[in-house]
Amino acid sequence: MLIGKVIGDVVATRKHLSHDNQKILYVQIMNLDGSERGSPILALDAVDAGIGDRVLVTQEGWSAMTSVGKPFSPIDMAVIGVIDSVELALEPDSPEELRHNT
Amino acid sequence: MRGVRPGGREGLPQFGTMQIGRVSGSVVCTIKIDPLEGKKLLVIQPVDKNGSNHGKPLVAIDAVGAGAGETVYWCRGREASMPWYPDQEVPTEATIVGIIDHIDLV
Amino acid sequence: MLLARVVGTVVATRKDSRLDGKKLLIVKPIDPWGKDESGYLIAVDTVSAGFRERVIIVSGSSARMASGCKDCPVDTAIVGIVDNVEVSP
Repeated sequence: MLIGKVIGDVVATRKHLSHDNQKILYVQIMNLDGSERGSPILALDAVDAGIGDRVLVTQEGWSAMTSVGKPFSPIDMAVIGVIDSVELALEPDSPEELRHNT
Repeated sequence: MRGVRPGGREGLPQFGTMQIGRVSGSVVCTIKIDPLEGKKLLVIQPVDKNGSNHGKPLVAIDAVGAGAGETVYWCRGREASMPWYPDQEVPTEATIVGIIDHIDLV
Repeated sequence: MLLARVVGTVVATRKDSRLDGKKLLIVKPIDPWGKDESGYLIAVDTVSAGFRERVIIVSGSSARMASGCKDCPVDTAIVGIVDNVEVSP
């Protein structure tokens, strides 16, 4: 699982049946220092997350499918939690940017 | 994190899962294995949030009737064969599963 | 399976109900000599690992084989605490 930030909502009319009535979120995966990691990805929403939320994203198919109640569907990423807080066990020589994000 | 998802660069997991791209072409092949018969193969160019090209194009099977120029999203891995499961085991690792109308960004 | 070090925790109240009661730890993969590798993962703890401990993680669908994770949406699980790593020089 990874930490992501919801940056948008995706609207798609024509899509696979299993994605009907599902909220599709545009999620930016984050590094621990708060920087962005790669391009944003799409994930189906299992916990009613909103734009701006820091979320827990699963990148394993079965977990993603079942969390939105659609087993055996073409779904490989889902938001399965809204993160309240992240705590890092910092070493004395940890980079400064990590401290800002805990 | 080797082994999390194949295809990642420098041993990192592949975050290309369920990304956004634009259909930039199609692939025709006459001789192919049976489960691929009658399925449309499209070339997708991944795009970033501003809509500009980002990364290398890939070939994906179409499960929703997408066409050239449309913005789509696709899924990868084992899940990519799910639209035909359990009737058919389709050997695909990228399948287009939706056509995007628009994205509401913050 | 990978060697990793526990570097933090994540708290999420609103989550998939199958994750209720599970401890979510941030782990960073390390090489056999203890040096950090790039990236991180959030893993479900099944062995009561603590901060900065070296652990063994499993990822992918095998993570659901870990104790207590059957039929849970878990893609990474901590399945052991490492006492010692011996590598040939």
